[in-house]
Amino acid sequence: MFEAIMNGLSGLGAGVAHLQGSNLVMIAVGGVLLYLAIKKDVEPLLLVPIGFGAILVNIPLANLMGEGGFLRTIYNMGIANELFPLLIFIGIGAMTDFGPLLENPKIFLLGAAGQFGIFLTIGLALLFGFDKLDAVTIGVIGACDGPTAIFVASRYAPHLLAAVSVAAYSYMSLVPIIQPPIMRLLTTEKERAINMTERAKKTAPVSKNARIIFPIMVTIFGGLVAPQGLPLIATIMLGNLMRECGVVSRLTKATENEIANVVTLFLGISIGATMDGVAFLTTQTLMILMFGFVAICLDTVCGVLFGKLMCFLTGGRINPLIGAAGISAYPMAARVVQKEGLKHNPSNYLLMHAVGANTGGQIGSVMAAAIMLSVLKGMGIIP
Amino acid sequence: MDTLTFGLTLLVVGMGGTLVALATLALLMELLKKIFPHHNSEAK
Repeated sequence: MFEAIMNGLSGLGAGVAHLQGSNLVMIAVGGVLLYLAIKKDVEPLLLVPIGFGAILVNIPLANLMGEGGFLRTIYNMGIANELFPLLIFIGIGAMTDFGPLLENPKIFLLGAAGQFGIFLTIGLALLFGFDKLDAVTIGVIGACDGPTAIFVASRYAPHLLAAVSVAAYSYMSLVPIIQPPIMRLLTTEKERAINMTERAKKTAPVSKNARIIFPIMVTIFGGLVAPQGLPLIATIMLGNLMRECGVVSRLTKATENEIANVVTLFLGISIGATMDGVAFLTTQTLMILMFGFVAICLDTVCGVLFGKLMCFLTGGRINPLIGAAGISAYPMAARVVQKEGLKHNPSNYLLMHAVGANTGGQIGSVMAAAIMLSVLKGMGIIP
Repeated sequence: MDTLTFGLTLLVVGMGGTLVALATLALLMELLKKIFPHHNSEAK
């Protein structure tokens, strides 16, 4: 009897006995993520489930990520098969108005330049000795696009998923801090003050037919050029088609609200669940966080430099600051450009142009990832 | 394939491919706007 009681009591303390230092650190990291989300309003929709998931998975013996565990079930349901990021993309497409981009399609080019950091970072990661697919996955943080990063990581480097996801979402929310110094460093006072308000008034509106055909056209074109990335392109464009056609408002509302919300919860808690202390607390994670930061800085540098080139080619009619909005962090990057522009010329409203570049960056990021996957397939690196 | 070749190929084809793809989309969009111009009645 006494022995049975002692055995029972030892079972109650087993969790504490198995607690390792790395688990404690990750529980603290989960706490920091929750603090940032709840008190500082940093990406709360994602950081609350991620932080809580990180705490859950670091409680020993609960085996929530083991076979049959509820976190493993959610992970297998939508991360292992890349479903969740794609469902999120339908919602993003439904929420995004590509109008400002369609009114001035040349701005598409800034959306391409804003992705160059991806490829430059892949080169850097390779130089630092990362494996080819790991380097590609790290570079994708530069897409500044969480779902794309998760899609690529879960497919080609699932062991990096936690670090890549945390880096992607953290730096996206830090765009207002990361971008302005780079923008000021690369542009002159005169360039920053270039007024584009009049130019905005001259752009012709886009017809409803053109808005409806646009997502279909992008899907077919993107699918033909980079079939490996068609799921990314197709889902964002499906969402946008539903928005623009106007005949499936129930579906549009569901994708941008109910579906996006439920999937965000599952996505967040699954990412948190991959933050097991033993696997996460490595120098590799620190390097990934560093490369993620470098990628976003390089995106901004390339975007602004391309903006300067466009400024030069158009005889000074384009404010190079809008190049910084060529990254996919929507709408933060556009707001940063508007704010910086106003600082240097109080009558200059760059928002519409910046939103155009920013939505171009959204298409640019999925297109860059799609092209990269197709190039990898062409080189025989992926099946 | 060695790492250097891999990195350089991805850099050139990836960056170039993305730029060309989006430039083509921009041209297609200009074409689309010409085929389906905006009418004032739509604004109403």
